[in-house]
Amino acid sequence: MKKLFLTLAALALGTAGLAQSGKLEIFSWWAGDEGPALQALIDLYKKRYPNVEVINATVTGGSGVNARAVLKTRMLGGDPPDSFQVHAGQELIGTWVVADRMEDLTPLFNQEGWMTKFPKGLIDLLSYKGKIYSVPVNIHRSNVMWYVPAKLREWGVQPPKTWAEFLTVCQTLKSKGLEAPLALGENWTQQHLWESVALGVLGAADYANLWTGKLRFNDPKAVAVWNTFGRVLDCANKDASGLSWQQAIDRVLEGRAAFNIMGDWAAGYMTTTKGLKPGEGFGWAPAPGTAGVFMMLSDSFGLPKGVKNRTNVLNWLRLLGSKEGQDTFNPLKGSIAARTDSDPSKYNAYLQSAMRDWKSNRIVGSLVHGAVAPESFMSQFGTVMEIYLSSRNAQAAANAAQAIATQVRLGQ
Amino acid sequence: MRWFNNKDTLYGFLVILPSLVLLGIFVYGFIFQTFYTSLTDWGKDPAQALSANPQIRFIGFENYRELFTGLVDSRFRQDLVNTFFFTVFFILGCLVVGLGLAIVLDRSPRGEGFFRTVFLFPMSLSFIVTGTIWRWMLQPEGGVNQLPTLVGLPKGEFAWLTSREQIWQVSWNDLPFITALVVSAVLIFIAVSAFRGGERRRGYIASGSAALLLLWAFTLGRSLQPLPYDEPHGFNLAFIGIILAAVWQMSGYTMALYLAGLRGIPEELREAARVDGASEWQLYQRVIFPLLAPITLSAMIILGHISLKIFDLIFAMAGADNAPTDVPALLMYLTTFRANQIAKGAAIGMILLLLVAAVIVPYLYSQLKSEVRR
Repeated sequence: MKKLFLTLAALALGTAGLAQSGKLEIFSWWAGDEGPALQALIDLYKKRYPNVEVINATVTGGSGVNARAVLKTRMLGGDPPDSFQVHAGQELIGTWVVADRMEDLTPLFNQEGWMTKFPKGLIDLLSYKGKIYSVPVNIHRSNVMWYVPAKLREWGVQPPKTWAEFLTVCQTLKSKGLEAPLALGENWTQQHLWESVALGVLGAADYANLWTGKLRFNDPKAVAVWNTFGRVLDCANKDASGLSWQQAIDRVLEGRAAFNIMGDWAAGYMTTTKGLKPGEGFGWAPAPGTAGVFMMLSDSFGLPKGVKNRTNVLNWLRLLGSKEGQDTFNPLKGSIAARTDSDPSKYNAYLQSAMRDWKSNRIVGSLVHGAVAPESFMSQFGTVMEIYLSSRNAQAAANAAQAIATQVRLGQ
Repeated sequence: MRWFNNKDTLYGFLVILPSLVLLGIFVYGFIFQTFYTSLTDWGKDPAQALSANPQIRFIGFENYRELFTGLVDSRFRQDLVNTFFFTVFFILGCLVVGLGLAIVLDRSPRGEGFFRTVFLFPMSLSFIVTGTIWRWMLQPEGGVNQLPTLVGLPKGEFAWLTSREQIWQVSWNDLPFITALVVSAVLIFIAVSAFRGGERRRGYIASGSAALLLLWAFTLGRSLQPLPYDEPHGFNLAFIGIILAAVWQMSGYTMALYLAGLRGIPEELREAARVDGASEWQLYQRVIFPLLAPITLSAMIILGHISLKIFDLIFAMAGADNAPTDVPALLMYLTTFRANQIAKGAAIGMILLLLVAAVIVPYLYSQLKSEVRR
């Protein structure tokens, strides 16, 4: 009986696939290196729904800085793309969900049985008032420290486990003639370093409390983050704001610096562009003080209200959340699947280790990459950083951060 | 209808009517709309910022108050200071370099046409192209910093665009006092020139207001403090690179303006001065520079409004996020389109408009007056 039902369902799905026509416009910032991964997904979609015309609307610009501006223009102009890429979490919620522009996808999650396939920590970050608004496609980890194992052996140091240890190692390396043991890049990578320092100093629970408003930014515990951050910065290169994140990594690979804190897209850069072998050419560890915690960021797609091709979008979202879709996309993109049941054999050594952590670690969200704070907070956090860098006054920076948090109603 | 008593007037009016209507809607209408937006709370509540039918409340000049005295808007205040220093050095640089080149070319050296094209050429590039090229050249590890090594000197150490050094720091709280001093200096200058020109009434008004302003500055001016704490702002050395690139691009244009002016000075005047026994330096000082004054003014107006609105050059050279090289136009973009603080972005836009208007309107007014006189 069950078998018959399944056959019928498959048949229905097959004919539905053929019957489905019209268009589907996918709006993303996946161009360049990430283009092939997106194309693989589109090909898969075309195989299932051959009569649907897929329009691939990409707007280039790292991390979607330009795409988000174009998206706002289109949404305000009443011409929403059928489905758009957005960082999962508050970047979507704080801008589009609170403005009542997105459809609730909880029924889709229930229908597809995704509630048990994605980790609970992730579902919590995606939800707003108990409802889910986007389908996560991939997972990147933010709190990773990169180094070259051979160089560390040469200098006789171990990857530090806490920020206090890091500062000691930093002094050791400085005494060995390494001018800047930590390689740092432009503006946003400094904020990226800050979130790892904050997680290391505060611990996962208090870090998460920052974003729900339970821990205030001017609390002595949070002010201490800035003090540690300042001492960590003293270990970094002075020309940071002129370097891209790739150039900062290059400093580590060249042996001019020992460590770099960057998200795990750096692994993709080192394996693909630099041709290094994970574990030999480069090594990794959780950022100091953050072992057992996975600070994640994720790209996701949602369903804007009032789109023309709703069924096609729902089919697209089904594909994105499926095991097949995620395992097609992620090995090419250099990220791991958001699902916990994906097939490790398709991924390289670094990604396999990230997958193990993803299943076992506690999950928190990244600030810089849109998971825990809305854009209104995120983009003004640069001002806070600026106040700290120009005055080196931890209390002033903390006060400014709290003032912005109050202004944008963080955690409400 | 006395206006249309003549057919030509009617036709003339009909011909300019479409452009009047379009200007009215797309320039003045939108200026007014931006002004109104800047008086609202659009963007303060994230739920309303980008909703289909946002509920927007009127809150008066609150956004402006926050920009000038709020805790989190210190970046805007530094941006104003940045704009001030950028404008001063950019205009000075362009005028000096442009005048120098024009004087050299005016002496008709061999290959004048070639050099004129060479100097004018940077202007034909877009600021984005200039910015990208100079960004490469000003990398701390390469480019300009490597130049001294060609002649055996140690390489330059200045960090250019990534520098965080700041000089000439002034507390924001001293600003009302300093502004009062500067304005009264200008008024005193106006008064002196009015008395010299025999316009006594104008002179009395100007000197009277200067005295009042000075009195206010020294009695109450010090006690007017926008912020409860000292907030130092100064000249960011990172701007030196931007000024270099901007002067490189626009000094050719100033040269063209000056060259036209120099060519417009009749040869008889120069010869008359020489016959009177003027030295070459006196010739320039007493005859040529005074005749170039209107050109200097036009150049200052044109360069001034470019520098106040500058966006693309800095965007290409240092990126929108590099705070030491930030200007209000960039901050307006970030505030509106990244932070969704639409009303506050509109307020920054209005302040920019006022700054540019302060440069342009007196110029247009004086031009108009002289045309009417003619």
